[in-house]
Parts: sequence; structure tokens; C-alpha cells
Amino acid sequence: MAQVSEQASDLANSSLKIRVDHKIFPASGTRPEQTVLKNISIGIEPRSFVVITGPSGCGKSTLLNIIAGLDPDYEGDVVLGGPDTKVGYIFQSPRLLPWRTVYENIALVLPDGDPRHAQIEDLLRQVGLEGFSSQYPERLSLGMQRRAALARGFITEPDVLLMDEPFVSLDDPTAQGLRELLIGLWNRRPTTVIFITHDRAEAVMLGTRILRMSGANATIGQDETVRLSPAERTDREKVQAEQRRIFHET
Amino acid sequence: MVPNSTPSCSTMQRPNPLSRASTDQPWQTRVAWGVGSLFGFLLFWELIALLLQHRHLPTPTVVFAVMMGEAASGELPYHIGMTLFRVSIAFVFAMLIGSAIGIVMGRNGRIDQAFDSWLILFLNLPALVIIILCYVWFGRTEVAAIIAVAVNKLPNVAVTVREGARALSRDLAEMAHMYRFGPWKTLRHVILPQLAPYFLASARTGLSLVWKIVLVVELLGRSNGVGFQLGTYFQMFDVSMILAYALAFIIVVQIIEFAILQPIAARVNKWRR
Repeated sequence: MAQVSEQASDLANSSLKIRVDHKIFPASGTRPEQTVLKNISIGIEPRSFVVITGPSGCGKSTLLNIIAGLDPDYEGDVVLGGPDTKVGYIFQSPRLLPWRTVYENIALVLPDGDPRHAQIEDLLRQVGLEGFSSQYPERLSLGMQRRAALARGFITEPDVLLMDEPFVSLDDPTAQGLRELLIGLWNRRPTTVIFITHDRAEAVMLGTRILRMSGANATIGQDETVRLSPAERTDREKVQAEQRRIFHET
Repeated sequence: MVPNSTPSCSTMQRPNPLSRASTDQPWQTRVAWGVGSLFGFLLFWELIALLLQHRHLPTPTVVFAVMMGEAASGELPYHIGMTLFRVSIAFVFAMLIGSAIGIVMGRNGRIDQAFDSWLILFLNLPALVIIILCYVWFGRTEVAAIIAVAVNKLPNVAVTVREGARALSRDLAEMAHMYRFGPWKTLRHVILPQLAPYFLASARTGLSLVWKIVLVVELLGRSNGVGFQLGTYFQMFDVSMILAYALAFIIVVQIIEFAILQPIAARVNKWRR
């Protein structure tokens, strides 16, 4: 097991640096003040697929919101690159604009006149939404909305892509299909991904590196490199074997 | 790599039992229902008037003939035109200023707290009091008349739009922030579509409220418009003429509803299942 203290020394050499000394939720009503995150220090190499996993409610989404810049109320420092670094975020819910078509939802994240507008239909075909570009999100299933959100996340070709349990609450075959789709997209368009999940199998299947959060005042308790080739990631047995190794399951 | 599940099987093209019946119908059907219902009312009125045979309750046929006579003389279009002018100006001002106030109060808790009681005060101030005060303070002028109407409508718009501003989705705002929409794109594609139902609700209730207030304003302090004509014919107890002017203006407002507001509502709501 590679402990965080060893990894922390690499922080200075990494292009993405995440340091959260404290994240505290203030007291509210009868609920006392609560320290959610403590002493987190992560360095991430470009084009790596980092999965942050841990039990529900341990602060994974809070950490991702801090990394995204959506939550500025913490002690620490997050550097994702320069001021021009493009950050994409695929949220737990698809967060598509219901009054815009699938095509418009994707086109809107691109600047006007951007040549990538021409790639939207091709990307929709890659995510299995060929022929649905003129549909409104409300007329699509949740799985299809998530595919549209994936396409929106990838069309901007972000330097850093943040993903917060994007396949949660889907039935297993649909979620598995979307994971394979994500692997394919990431192989074709490599980018740095920080992916949140509480699903261990999903973490092993997708990640090149897994960070486990643990403890009441959550911190990074374990940092592991996943030893699977791209081809092995769709092999259920290989994934299960790696899952047993990383999570010490019997 | 395409997922195993087939997309086509999960789309929702079947009829939705919860869909809004009136807006899902083609416009021809909706117009037919509206016209049929109005025709039923006219028939009911005709029968009652024929049964009572009273000079203060003319039949629709008589009222229609009077209306045609006034239209031919040019009086009816002139007075309706003047009333429509006042309605339009006051409506636009009330919608613009009321929406701005509603958005600011809905998004800023402190401003909302500070001015909420003002809004309640203006909501409960009788229309007649505002009209009289405007005429006293600004004289019996066109500007005073329009201010009086706009100030009467403004609090209703502000309250409705404030509810919309309070309900703006934080999730979508975060999405717009992450994908660098910028202020204009965020306003156009994220904020205004969420407020559109509230604007429409204000516009539809506002139109009916504004034209009724305009009539009172004209009755009290103008020398033209439908309200002025109603006051004149009230003094003569000419009920046919009163009904002819009132019905003519109702027809105009209905045309605005069918030709402008309903198509806008259909366009704004076309994305809904």
C-alpha cells in the first residue's frame, strides 16, 4: 500500500496540485460545526485518470467542488494549471438545459464560431445518440441524458475533466455501457480526469490511480496505481482480481 | 465504443397522461372551443334579454348593431386606439420595472427583506387611491394617467417574477459557471428561460388588470378612450352603448391573447413533455 505521505512529496512536481488543510461546515441550528475534509494533499500527473473513492457522505463531492472552484470556503490551495486551463465538469445529475435540444446543449459550451461545432454530430454518434440531436432532454431516458452530458464534457477538450458519480442510479447494463464508452472516449481524447465514485469495481475499471478517502474527518487514506491495460479494463475477471488486490477483499 | 443498450427503446414518444390538455391541442381546436363557448354565452344572454324585455338589458343583436354604427362613424376605433395606446405603454413600463425589481429582490435576500413591506403596501393600496393621487400630484395629464396604471400593475409583476428569481436553479448556474458561459450567455440561455413562465403569468394577468384600470383612469381624468365613453354614456343611461364599447374592447384583448400571448406561451413551453 502506498501511503499518502509518500505521495505528498510529489506534490511540488505535479502540474495539478490540490491541498485542502481544512474544510469545515459551520454550525447550523442544532447541528454542531463539522470538519468534513482534513489534511488532503494530492499531486496529479497530466492525462492520468484519478478515481477518488470512499463511502457515501465522506466528502468526495465536497472535495470535487473545491477542486472545481465551486466552493471557495476552505483552507488550502488548488492549482489546476494556468489561467487558460480548461476545466470540464460532468455532474452527478446531467444538468442539461431542458429548453435546449441535445445539440444546442453541447454547442452552447463552445464559443461562437468554434470549428468544433462541426464535430458535435460525430461525437453524438460516438456516444450512441445519433438521430437524437434535435430532441429535448426531457424526452430522453436518464441514461441518454448522461450520454449527452458526457458528450458535452468531452467536446470542449478540457485539460482537466471532473466527474462526480456520473453513472450513479443507472441500471447495471446501462452503467457498464457508459463506463466502456468513457474508456473509449478517454483513449481517443486523453485528458486528466478526476472521477468520484463509491463503487469499487467502477473505480478499478476506470482509474489509472485510486485514492481512497476514509475517516470521520475525511482524508486520503490510501493511494494505489491500477495495474490494468486498456484491454483488461473491460475484462470482468481481471477487474475483480485487481479490485481484490487494491481493496484487500477476500 | 457504443453502449449495449439501444437508445431508441428508451425514448418517450408515447402520449403522456399528465400532459396539459389545452396547450397540447392544435391551435385550431383551442380557437374552436373558445369561439363555441363564447357563442353559447351570447345565446344565453339573447334568451334572457328577450325574456325580460327591459330597456336596460339590450339583446346582443342590438348591442352588435350599435357597435357597427360606432365603428362606421370612426368613434369606436379612435377611442379604442387611445385606450390601447395607454394600455400598451403602461403595460410595458410595469413589466420592465416590475421584472427588474422582482429579479433583484428574488436574488438578494437583504434587499428583499428591506423592501418586502413596501411591496405589500403597494399591493394593498387601492387602484383608485393611486389614480387620484397621480392626478392630484401631476395634474390630469397623459403622463399622470400612464404612471397611475403602471404603478398599479407593477407590484403584481414584481411579486410574480420574484418567485421565479428565488426558484432559479443553482445546479444550472454552476454548470454555466464551469463551462464559462459568461454573463450574456448565462442570462439568455440559463436565467431567462427559467423566468419565462413567470413573465408570461404576469403578462396574462397584467393585461386584463391594466385595461380595467385604464378605463377608470380615463373615466376620472381623460377626454378620450373607452373609459371616457363609458362615463359619458353612463350619464345618459345608454346601456347599449356602454355594452358596445365594453364588448369591443374585450374582443381586442381576446385578439391580443390569441394572436400574441398564446403563440408566445406555446413557443416557450414547446420543450415540455
